[in-house]
Amino acid sequence: MGFIEAILLTVITASTPLLLAASGELVVERAGVLNLGVEGMMIVGAACGFAGAYHTGSIAIGALCGIFAGMLLSAVFAAVTLGLAANQVASGLALTILGVGLSGLIGAGYIGQKIDGAAHLYIPYITDIPLLGKVIFGENAFVYFSVALIIGIWYFLYRTKAGLVLRAVGDNHASAHALGYPVLKIRTLAVLFGGGCAGLGGAYLPLAYTPFWVSGMTSGRGWIALALVVFASWLPFRLMIGAYLFGGITILQLHAQAFGLGIPSQLMSSLPYLATIVVLVAISWWRGRAGSPAPASLGLAFVPDR
Amino acid sequence: MRLALERRAERSIVMALVSPLLAIALTLATGALLFWLLGKPPLQALKIYFLDPLAEIPQLFSGKRSELFFLPEIIVKATPLVLIAVGLSLCYLANAWNIGAEGQFLAGAITGGWLAVVTHGTGAGYWVLPAMLVLGALGGAAYALIPALLKVRFGASEILTSLMLVYVAELLLDYLVRGPWRDPKGFNFPTTAEFDPVAAMPTLIEGSRLHLGAIIALLVVIWATVMLGRTLRGFEIKLVGAAPRAARFAGFNDKTLTVLTFAISGALAGLAGIIEVSATVNHLQPNISPGYGFTAIIVAFLGRLNPVGILVAALFLALTFIGGESAQIALKVPLDLTKVFQGILLFYVLACDTLILYRFRVLLAPKAVHGVH
Repeated sequence: MGFIEAILLTVITASTPLLLAASGELVVERAGVLNLGVEGMMIVGAACGFAGAYHTGSIAIGALCGIFAGMLLSAVFAAVTLGLAANQVASGLALTILGVGLSGLIGAGYIGQKIDGAAHLYIPYITDIPLLGKVIFGENAFVYFSVALIIGIWYFLYRTKAGLVLRAVGDNHASAHALGYPVLKIRTLAVLFGGGCAGLGGAYLPLAYTPFWVSGMTSGRGWIALALVVFASWLPFRLMIGAYLFGGITILQLHAQAFGLGIPSQLMSSLPYLATIVVLVAISWWRGRAGSPAPASLGLAFVPDR
Repeated sequence: MRLALERRAERSIVMALVSPLLAIALTLATGALLFWLLGKPPLQALKIYFLDPLAEIPQLFSGKRSELFFLPEIIVKATPLVLIAVGLSLCYLANAWNIGAEGQFLAGAITGGWLAVVTHGTGAGYWVLPAMLVLGALGGAAYALIPALLKVRFGASEILTSLMLVYVAELLLDYLVRGPWRDPKGFNFPTTAEFDPVAAMPTLIEGSRLHLGAIIALLVVIWATVMLGRTLRGFEIKLVGAAPRAARFAGFNDKTLTVLTFAISGALAGLAGIIEVSATVNHLQPNISPGYGFTAIIVAFLGRLNPVGILVAALFLALTFIGGESAQIALKVPLDLTKVFQGILLFYVLACDTLILYRFRVLLAPKAVHGVH
């Protein structure tokens, strides 16, 4: 029992940064923008999140710093791809290169420093329920927020008019524009939201996962988050399942290493990346017959005629 | 009043030439601001970064060529960038998004390095180096074919799969140099034995690191220029990217082209990998690339996806690597600053490229109200 509980707990811990970053990107892509810079926004969010928490002693302020940093970077992306109609794929790569560099600059002074990680919820008796007590009632605030975020995104996309407009913009920007909706404004807001989520997902790593800053600590999570959005067919709840599945693979890898099965550690470490490829192939192949559910205007530049 | 983009009647030839220069100028201005924010004297910092490495140019003509340091080093750093970026430009022209060149670079270093490892100390002849180059190119091509085939067969995003394979290649190299290929006499350092002289790239100038790879890179630029400008295949690559529908009517197959351009760019990245290892590092170890595969993406765009443009762009980005190292020593700024510059540069390049197809227009009247009548 204790073992299963420990695994469930670590799966959720490992999945949350993926879920946070991927839910933001889901909204961005639903609006028709492909921002490949998630990794860059995450890593800057991680560096700024750590710096904020280190100086104020507050995890909440750290998280806000991460969100703000992610939004700031995504604003650059929005200016170039939406304001100047530049190529989104290449701009996303530029954002990642810039973010990785910036995080090194920001984090240079914090190497070797420690902070107190985010506190976990504790409700007497309820949290002590065996097996699921700690899993459901003993997590940190990020975990609850990530679940609330997904529910909020689902509600927004499918139960509000603004969500419908956002999806319309992503599926056919010319029609949305012809109907009088401000395509570029909606996309800008979506990109900023995605930046905030990626920044928060990055900030989660030093604030709740490992309570210190290591350069390059996102190690490809931003890219996995991008793959998760494809895996989820751009659907919020499927994204949640995907994130926990990937968190599970990360944990499986760690546990297998601890058992010392004689498998090279590098092979185990490459599992999340290989799994991403396998999952992408499987989902694309399976979907190939039904047609892609990707937003139809995804990645295409839009310049309004006046 | 507000600014709006307006499509030009035809692409501006002036802007096509000016836009990379404008992007570099804007990067320098932003760089000065960044140095000022870091509390360093901006102008002096820019001089250390971008001008001091070039101060050797007069020396080129005064005969003391053996004492040159920066100029050969710029060419050494530009060599892998040119090789990789020429390949990537073919992909991007054909609208195939290979962003995993870093992984293909490592794959080439591994497959080519394998031969150096197994022939080490066997007294093998001069066939070793050419065979290593071939193996490196084949290894890089094979590694690039994975995302290409997954794309054309299953429709999996080549962007994500090629990027994921970078991490896998890094881990594979790490495993090899810590495990089966580790030098038994290497004091437990994660490296293979030093390559034998027959596995080392010959240098061009005695006493400098300038090596034969620079000539290979030049030949590749010439080949790509001719191929793109003078052959049907080159026309096909450009057409499939620019007008996919027209290309289909012409009977060109975009899937074949995805596979082909990925294979070429993988081969060139792999070749760059084995050249870099046999010329400058001389053994395999975990960190053999300061991110050449990613920097080459910037080179490809800064060079406007044109082989000659890429040659110039690679020299400029090589300069940022060298300048970054000097600035780290002289100004105590982190080496990561180079990546920041490179990221900013790519943003400016992409932003300025917009001006080739569009112009800004100042709108004085308030925006017309759209609505359903």
